[in-house]
Amino acid sequence: MLLQATQVAIERGDRRLLSDVDLSVSGGEIWQLVGANGVGKTSLLRGLAGVARLGVTGEIRHAGAFLYLGHASALKSSLSPVDNLRWHPASDVTASVSQICEALAAVNLAGYEYRPVGSLSAGQQRRVALARLLLSDAPLWLLDEPFTALDVAGCEWLEACVHRHVNAGGATVFTSHQPSRFGPLQQDLDLGRYAV
Amino acid sequence: MPSDQPLLSLRVVFLRQFLRHGRSIMTSPADVANPLLFFFMVITLFPLGLGPDPTRLAALSHGILWVVALLASLMVSAKLFASDFEDGSLEQLALAPYPLAVTALAEISAHWLATGFLLALLSPLFGVMLGLPDEGLLTLSVSLLLGTVCLTLIGALGSALTVSIRRGGLLLSLLIIPLNVPVLIFGTTAVREAVLGGNPESWLALLGGLALGSLVVAPLAIGAALRVSLDS
Repeated sequence: MLLQATQVAIERGDRRLLSDVDLSVSGGEIWQLVGANGVGKTSLLRGLAGVARLGVTGEIRHAGAFLYLGHASALKSSLSPVDNLRWHPASDVTASVSQICEALAAVNLAGYEYRPVGSLSAGQQRRVALARLLLSDAPLWLLDEPFTALDVAGCEWLEACVHRHVNAGGATVFTSHQPSRFGPLQQDLDLGRYAV
Repeated sequence: MPSDQPLLSLRVVFLRQFLRHGRSIMTSPADVANPLLFFFMVITLFPLGLGPDPTRLAALSHGILWVVALLASLMVSAKLFASDFEDGSLEQLALAPYPLAVTALAEISAHWLATGFLLALLSPLFGVMLGLPDEGLLTLSVSLLLGTVCLTLIGALGSALTVSIRRGGLLLSLLIIPLNVPVLIFGTTAVREAVLGGNPESWLALLGGLALGSLVVAPLAIGAALRVSLDS
């Protein structure tokens, strides 16, 4: 069991979004949080990651490290991809430059290693952020809208990447509006059922 | 966050965050030049507004220099955590197994070196421009060196508290200007004492005490404030 959430309720401001959400994620599983806009997918994911603690009640337990990639890419636009990826405090990543260049080549950004991230397109910036997946050895990935801004090839790469991660015993929880990215492999958590 | 890996020492974490923020400042030097340019422009405008009489300018110069330094610091520290908040870096820092106080202090240190420290270093030049007597120049520089530490930390606290509020600029000014008042009083008095041949050391010592005190207390408050800002 990598993540165990019991009786989680999410409040934003004075409004209760979700209540009594139960989720347990084990190695080898892919979970997609689905629901309409504003139902609380991002709020729940932030709560599961522990970014937001106010308004999150219930028990959330992690058994090991996790990597959370939010909607914002956590990249400094004035720094190059290499400088950006060199240190990621949340997952204690201290990758060498050659490892980073390898990861950037894997996300099809070879040749962009030393350009400022701000000069890259939105899709390319998303790819730089996703390169963190390759540099982390956290067993649990919490990804907020990872497919946003990615082109067809990028989406296919990300799917393959998640497959590899899950086959190696990891697990992924992600939000997306596109249904059933991973077909029968994935499980859906329909937040509409928990909405208040 | 439980992790199998051994954690890095806080000193290493501080250094990495410091270098990362420093590098990001260096790649966009306009942000650094901005407060200095503001300082320079306001200092050149005062003689135009007050008339070129050197004795009157000299009598007002310590106050002008300190108020402008305070405003310059207010201007930049308001934006200290804004980009971190917007680009998601703050979320990642909050998830890191290190105290936010340490990583925030690292960013503030890099920020202070690029703004307050530089301003204190160049301040004798601006003092000369306003006709501040030579006896006051060194005291001006030292008082700004200590004073900008306080101003930056107080500004960072305000920025941490208001970073999640849209258009929090006014609230920020209301929050931090009262806290800046003692710093301003100690700083200007030190320079005046030096010019009048009095005893600036005791005022500088007070400023130094304020700087050290805020170095201890402010990072803890800033870390807590950043967490609160992320929760909303």
